[in-house]
Amino acid sequence: MTTAVKERKLTVARAMAEAVAQEMRLDPKVFVMGEDIGQLGGVFGNTRGLYDEFGKTRIRDTPISETAFIGAAVGAASDGMRPIVELMFVDFFGVCMDAIYNLMAKNTYFSGGKIPVPMVLMASTGAGYSDAAQHSQCLYGTFAHLPGMKVVVPSNAYDAKGLMTAAIRDDNPVVYLFHKSLQGMGWLGTEKGATVPVPEEPYIVEIGKAKTVREGRDVSLVSLGAGVHHALRAAAQLEKDGVSAEVIDLRSLVPLDREHVIASVRKTGRLIVIDEDYHSFGVSGEIIASVVEHDIGMLKARPQRVAFPDIPIPFTPVMEQWALPNADKIVAAYHAMHKE
Amino acid sequence: MTQPNNSQRLWMYEQMLTSRYMEESIERIYMEGKTPVFNMAKGPIPGEMHLSNGQEPCAVGVCAHLDAGDIVTATHRPHHIAVAKGVDLNEMMAEIFGKATGLSGGRGGHMHLFDGRVNFSCSGIIAEGMGPAVGAALSRQMQGKPGVAVSFIGEGAANQGAFHETLNLAALWKLPVVFVIEDNAWGISVAKASATCIAQHHVRAAAYGMPGVFVENNDPDGVFRASGEAIERARAGGGPTLIEIETYRLAGHFMGDGETYRPEGEKDGLMKKDPIPGYRQRLIDEGVMTEAQAEDIAARARGRIDEAVQFARESPYPRPEEALEQVFV
Repeated sequence: MTTAVKERKLTVARAMAEAVAQEMRLDPKVFVMGEDIGQLGGVFGNTRGLYDEFGKTRIRDTPISETAFIGAAVGAASDGMRPIVELMFVDFFGVCMDAIYNLMAKNTYFSGGKIPVPMVLMASTGAGYSDAAQHSQCLYGTFAHLPGMKVVVPSNAYDAKGLMTAAIRDDNPVVYLFHKSLQGMGWLGTEKGATVPVPEEPYIVEIGKAKTVREGRDVSLVSLGAGVHHALRAAAQLEKDGVSAEVIDLRSLVPLDREHVIASVRKTGRLIVIDEDYHSFGVSGEIIASVVEHDIGMLKARPQRVAFPDIPIPFTPVMEQWALPNADKIVAAYHAMHKE
Repeated sequence: MTQPNNSQRLWMYEQMLTSRYMEESIERIYMEGKTPVFNMAKGPIPGEMHLSNGQEPCAVGVCAHLDAGDIVTATHRPHHIAVAKGVDLNEMMAEIFGKATGLSGGRGGHMHLFDGRVNFSCSGIIAEGMGPAVGAALSRQMQGKPGVAVSFIGEGAANQGAFHETLNLAALWKLPVVFVIEDNAWGISVAKASATCIAQHHVRAAAYGMPGVFVENNDPDGVFRASGEAIERARAGGGPTLIEIETYRLAGHFMGDGETYRPEGEKDGLMKKDPIPGYRQRLIDEGVMTEAQAEDIAARARGRIDEAVQFARESPYPRPEEALEQVFV
């Protein structure tokens, strides 16, 4: 007879905060800096409760000075600390990309690997609630393109906690991009599938490992973050048409688990990449290129991508929702791939 | 105000001379393979080269107060500061040559010298070292560990956003950090007065609630006094200071710079104010050293640089494919 233990579900926001809190208890060198991450608990809830437990020295509100506090995180990390910094919206990278890319990502190389930069840069991503073109981007491809930073993108609370724990313990800089619609903040709309059972004890989701979240035979739907949930809905629709879709959650962009994607496409022979980031020069092109370079003969049909068009993200819901990826577009892409 | 004692003054003189010999050696070797047609990519030292001739007093006056555990972030013109901070000269020279024995195995070059043993780093982007210096100071404050951070910048950096953000943050958190502006009057070809209406940047300290100090005449003893007070205050928990030093760039912005932007006669005038012969004479006149001692110091400094050049020349290049290593640890 088994004892039924009700599994504890957490939102992504709670899961992130729990990972940070557990690592802060284990390691006094871990601390958090950013705007509104103190008493407010983060605009997106991912530092909620930490201020009360750890106080203002380790949960450190900053002035609106991203260049200063991200640059400072690099200096603190190089001096033996393990800072976690929050860039509130990834869109704000424009005011501090020098600190991110010319310092955080390059100093390890410049030191010949002798001075590691163990820090986490977390930033919110994603559209869908009419916040327009300066508060809605994903920019996955932008960060993944530039060498020297690991990049992770959780799609659910289990991965959110495990990837955060892994990121904090990593001796390299890790960019941790969390999608606002997955956070479990009601006011941003919430993807129900992101709130999942999360173990209480600390654990790691290895950075650089993709996951098959739905097995299938006929087509591989490859995505990350919120796109995974669109893919799962599309897979359910396709099943009604007798099409068996496999869904791959990339989870990490750097390192990228190409082998996992290739193994899936070898089985299904068809590939659709779903990415809320811009269409061109990004994740979707990289995934397709990786498969084609490996063995173009695996493909039974033209690969497809469902990505955000190459336009600034429009404000009005009729335009924004029209431009975003969704399950219907993925189903349509499946049917399009067989047309001449 | 703390005056440098005799041994500190002799140390400063020797570091200035060592740095100058390094620059003179680099200047000579840099031109190998670059004549009659100047091509930056050619010769044993390729790439941009920013020499620090004339700015040595800034480095030695500050670093006389620091030990290996203190942190320094420097600029794209870093050699004098690296020498004064105690960066390994052989590995530094080898890095400048792009050799496997260089500080980073040839990955960084002369603008990206990192020596963790003495907590030295530098950067090729204006004002970029300020954030890391503030963060290292925060690290020491949070851990209750001793140490101050010093961020060297040029006068042009005072017009960068990072300057204003980091000064505000450092003062807000009362961090053990000192910001040192080497005002050599030129941002490449743009004169200071063409870049800002603020005549002396130390007054900007008032905007952030910290002390600001000006050191005139490129004087090593003056730098020593001003930075000593600032570093002592930082170590005691008194927070940051902004220092501006009037210094001179006796070389061009980089090697190959025709310096056509300088007013007629400026360069000749500056050469007459070269701080090294001036300091040498002062130390002899004030009985701090004899001519014979000065010669001994010069021989020692020359010997260290000659050894570094020989080490760099004789060192192997890295295997090209090692470029793929050390992106991550």
